[in-house]
Amino acid sequence: MGYRLGVDVGGTFTDLLLFDDETGKFWRHKTPSTPHDSSEGILTGVEAITGEADVSAGEIEFFLHGTTVATNAVLEGKGAKVGLIVTEGYRDVMQIARSFVPGGLAAWIVWPKPQPLAHLEDTIDVPGRMGADGEEVRPLDESAVRAAMRKLKDQGIEALTVSLINAYVNGAHESRIGEIAAKELPGIPVSLSHEVLPEMQEYERTLSTVANAAVRPVVGNYVSNLRNRLEKEGLKGRLSLLRSDGGLMSSQKAEEHPVNILMSGPAGGVTGALWVAKNAGLTNILTLDVGGTSTDVALIEGLEPRRQRTTEVGHLSVRASALDVKTVGAGGGSIAHVPELTKALRVGPESAGAVPGPVAYGKGGELPTVTDANVVLGYLPEDLLGGSFHLDREGAEKSVQTIADALGVGLMEAARGIIDIVNENMFGALRMISVQQGYDPREFAVMGFGGAGPLHVNAVAKLMGSWPAVSPVSPGVLCALGDATTRMRTETARSFSKLAQDTSISDLIAVLDEMEEQTRSELLADGVPETQVTSEFEVDIRYAGQAFEVPLTISKAILEKDGIEGILARFDDEHRRLFTFNMDTPHEIVNLRAVALGEAPALPAAQLEKGNGNPSAAKIRDHTLWMDGEERAAVIYDRAKLRQGDIIPGPAIITEMDSTTLVENGCTATVDPVGNILINPNAKRENGEG
Amino acid sequence: MPAQIVETNSAPFKNIDIDPVTLDIIENALRNARIEMDATLVRTAMSPGIREQGDAFPLIADPSGKMIVGQFGSFIDGFLRGFDGTLENGDMIFLSDPYSCEGAISHSNDWLVLLPVFKDGRLIAYTAMFGHQSDIGGSVPGSMPIGASSIFEEGVRIPPVKIWKKGEYNDDLMKLVMHQTRKPDWCQADLNALIASCRVAARRVIEMAERFGDDVYVSATQELLARNHRAMKALISQAIPTNKASFEDYLCDDGKGYGPYKIKCTMWREGEKVILDFDGTDPQSAASINFYLNENMFKMFFGIYMIMVFDPQILFNDGFYDLIEVRIPEGSLLKPEFPAALSGRTHALGRIFDILGGLLGQGTPEFLNAAGFSSSPHLFYSGWDQRDGKQREWFQLFQIGFGGIPGRPLGDGPDGHSLWPGFTNVPNEFLERYFPLRIERYSTEPDSGGAGLHRGGNGIHMTYRFLADGEIAVHDDRWFVPPWGVNGGHPGMRARKVLERADGTTEIVGNKVEDVPVKEGDLLHFITWGGGGWGDPLERDPELIGLEIRQGLVTSEGAKAYGVVADSEGVIDAARTDALRTEMRSERGELPLFDYGPGIDQLRASCEEETGLPAPIQPVWHHREMAEAAE
Repeated sequence: MGYRLGVDVGGTFTDLLLFDDETGKFWRHKTPSTPHDSSEGILTGVEAITGEADVSAGEIEFFLHGTTVATNAVLEGKGAKVGLIVTEGYRDVMQIARSFVPGGLAAWIVWPKPQPLAHLEDTIDVPGRMGADGEEVRPLDESAVRAAMRKLKDQGIEALTVSLINAYVNGAHESRIGEIAAKELPGIPVSLSHEVLPEMQEYERTLSTVANAAVRPVVGNYVSNLRNRLEKEGLKGRLSLLRSDGGLMSSQKAEEHPVNILMSGPAGGVTGALWVAKNAGLTNILTLDVGGTSTDVALIEGLEPRRQRTTEVGHLSVRASALDVKTVGAGGGSIAHVPELTKALRVGPESAGAVPGPVAYGKGGELPTVTDANVVLGYLPEDLLGGSFHLDREGAEKSVQTIADALGVGLMEAARGIIDIVNENMFGALRMISVQQGYDPREFAVMGFGGAGPLHVNAVAKLMGSWPAVSPVSPGVLCALGDATTRMRTETARSFSKLAQDTSISDLIAVLDEMEEQTRSELLADGVPETQVTSEFEVDIRYAGQAFEVPLTISKAILEKDGIEGILARFDDEHRRLFTFNMDTPHEIVNLRAVALGEAPALPAAQLEKGNGNPSAAKIRDHTLWMDGEERAAVIYDRAKLRQGDIIPGPAIITEMDSTTLVENGCTATVDPVGNILINPNAKRENGEG
Repeated sequence: MPAQIVETNSAPFKNIDIDPVTLDIIENALRNARIEMDATLVRTAMSPGIREQGDAFPLIADPSGKMIVGQFGSFIDGFLRGFDGTLENGDMIFLSDPYSCEGAISHSNDWLVLLPVFKDGRLIAYTAMFGHQSDIGGSVPGSMPIGASSIFEEGVRIPPVKIWKKGEYNDDLMKLVMHQTRKPDWCQADLNALIASCRVAARRVIEMAERFGDDVYVSATQELLARNHRAMKALISQAIPTNKASFEDYLCDDGKGYGPYKIKCTMWREGEKVILDFDGTDPQSAASINFYLNENMFKMFFGIYMIMVFDPQILFNDGFYDLIEVRIPEGSLLKPEFPAALSGRTHALGRIFDILGGLLGQGTPEFLNAAGFSSSPHLFYSGWDQRDGKQREWFQLFQIGFGGIPGRPLGDGPDGHSLWPGFTNVPNEFLERYFPLRIERYSTEPDSGGAGLHRGGNGIHMTYRFLADGEIAVHDDRWFVPPWGVNGGHPGMRARKVLERADGTTEIVGNKVEDVPVKEGDLLHFITWGGGGWGDPLERDPELIGLEIRQGLVTSEGAKAYGVVADSEGVIDAARTDALRTEMRSERGELPLFDYGPGIDQLRASCEEETGLPAPIQPVWHHREMAEAAE
């Protein structure tokens, strides 16, 4: 039967994971990314992994892919040249944005002003006006529209975006402009704001629509090029891309609405963690994806990852659903330094990146990084990537010594200080998505992945009080695993903006029905069988006058049973949980969302051979490392040789091809039946032990 | 009588040596707690002023009241000196009277909540937050009457009182307070939000103390203060000379026809200490533009500017306060005598930052920014909505606008952006949905940013069409004295307000007016000031100016200030540009460090012609004379 291939293209490596649907057996492969044309790296990887598994490309039914191609197009300003038509008087909508200058008092002195995604010279305003009630105030000036289009054509735009004031209530003028564009600008793709995002707030709607238009040609070229090359290799399976919200969408759909894949990259890790959690019998997970320059964190509650309504890309906040992934500038490459004036120990946000990288990598890096501190402390043994890579321990020591000298402490204290600070930064990010959202982290496990996640996960779990600390199977390619194991998804959202007291159940259900129909048919068009489509609904509620809405999941059955009062009661509970109080103010129903989902593939996980609890068969060698203020004896294990049920007392190090797991002193790791390593604190510490 | 702090545990905190790592961890955690305060506030507040625009300020302080994180510096020591009562576990202080806290908040609209945080019987911290309430009663909607001659006209005044007393909520007090405002729903929600923020921060402080130990936590806060003291000491000795330097600037008018008002500050270093002396600042105004400036707040402003200008890496707290001495003359615009009106203080608050920039930057022109602060320009629009289906509902809009950010060493000033931290504009679709108005234009004002190698940001031209009869009030400044340019850059354009009546007539509206009736269909053009330019405009790339003409940011007429000859399509006439630039270079003298425009006398002479408004009259100091006569 079939195979599915998950492929995650990151900045440095392209990760592949080939999954046998029947047996749950999988193969993984890492190959350098080829930024000039990602498909090259992908094909190299496909060839290698199919060879290793002795599977022909034709047997791969699903090619599931997370990509940062859209993200990079935005971040590097390599999107298409977008022309923008707006309402008369609003030409500067992108230039003024929300007038917001990030940072504290006087931060404007040092804030670099970003250029709008649609250039101001390519933005034209045209007469015609809708009112906030949806009534036409002034008719559209069609000759002005034509003149604008001719001008934009002369300026060489590659895509057109139309975003008019109040189009979220009445999109008739936008639609008319779309019709005119079909004649005036043949071959140029047109995005209309009321279609891309029928929601209030002109700047956000315009930005989202422009972002969509800007990345469309880039994503389109990428996808068709990839599809052609894969087909040439005999791979004819279905090609789907991972959305920012953790679902999959057909590659055709992604070409139309690339705004939905802007955060495809980090979403893969979260969906991978979800699959691992199911197999490990965990339901509440905090994810900790530690890369070279940054760490991504997310929260999964009851096997449902938290989503948010906006996708943050660089300085832009685009209105498209995404997993609520927070990023902090703390990773293996984060540079430690001691500023002259304060003599404080700082780690990051500056990073040594892949080039020159940490000192220990011997590629020319000279500044001490988190990785160097890990090497100095003995947490990262000499060989990385399965022995292909030797670490320069001496260089690492020399660089960390500069920090020790600046602080007036010993080498090991300085190294552990660097680790403590970077762990603290990760802790801060995890708090933002847990405690600050009203979740108790003690009810969650922490899962560390990405190259360096398993090195830090135990220490971070200690800070959070979140147990167990999990080092999942193949932590280095978890994103690819996530790509391979998630399901199809689409959604639509609408502004509703009515007081709950003025809304009847039948009004609400009529709109939900319409939205359900729309999302279902999108999935059907993408080839999902009718019987496999399920629908979910969400409603955003707030006290009238607030800026912040609380999203609540609803079903039509419960809505009919409990009425609107039922939702409002749930809102009041949630509001009290988040903010400690309720109010007498009327409730407002702000937005409605409908989600259609394909079926999650029932994929088995391969079982490890049963062991007797003794991991000695996997032991590589004895080792010493520095922890809790002194040098300690530890053991290094080979992860590939561990069996289910093995028990590993800390301190210990478990190595594999692309990752290293650190078990801290005072903790014990156990290997679960499918190969995840679960670390818990020792229930009782004996006297005299650290 | 100073406040009496009731602690059931009299053991002092032990001073413990803190390793640098723990210190940084605690600093980080405090910073996160502060971010959490902001997030809690914005999510639960209800008035557009706080929820959309972020007009609120958080603080976490040590047991002595020194700010560890926050942005406006601590006022707690002043409050403690003046508060005649006890502070104990379960208490929460609520106040709004600037005269009761030495100007820590500077007008009665700012409601402040202060929570002493106790742990195991000992005071371990304070958390506090204040936010601007959209209406607190008084003689006009919005409670900021320009024409007020005393604070009694500016709405409810709340002396320091206990909103919670030993864990018990003072319901009667809150009923009394909420009875005074036109918008009790907004005030209640915003107050809840302020309280929730303080409680969140208090919880985080206690968690930190539990994690590290009370002594470690408190010792760490002391070391953070000390670390900041050391850093600032080094910075001051490098950057501040011992010879005196002065800088002065003006508020345009007081809304009663008088102006401009001078604010002057002189700075010098004596040993390790900086003296900032406002001697030479005009006496207080009989109107409401007085700004009761808290010395500690000004120390913090100074510190933040030093840091931002010279070394943005340093985190600031109150630790450096004893390195700075602020002298403000009694009875001056910046330290008015009770019961002077204060509600229009935003103009002087803004101007203080331009003065700081000029004062600090003049010795090191490469770090100098141009001027760009006017104030927080406000528009109030209120009335009874007489449209069909609206049943004459009361509506009340309070909106803060933005001007141009000045030209900077870093580059151009952003157009139409906020100089205040955390502020954002209100989406126009939101305004149109919830208020009887339509925004016909929301764009930058071409040529309003001062010419320079780095152009000043353009101001905003916002056109309101009123859909219901009502009244408006406007607060703005920089309409008479322009924002100055630096290093050869030109001043920015001044602010203007124009009413285009539905009956076809047009009138220029003053920049500090109230009770102006508007009719359905009237248009108000609310045009803000541009930022000053930075550096020689003749050095700016002509092609860039051509592009900005095509972008509508500069006009072909405006291009002449850069010595650029271009048509309306931005096509540059290179030969004529060269000739014009050569001519301009030969005719001008040496480039001035500051370009203030033509000077007060000339501005006055041409005021009516250029602005459409009568020139302000040189103020006479009734207050000072009366005070002297009484002695």
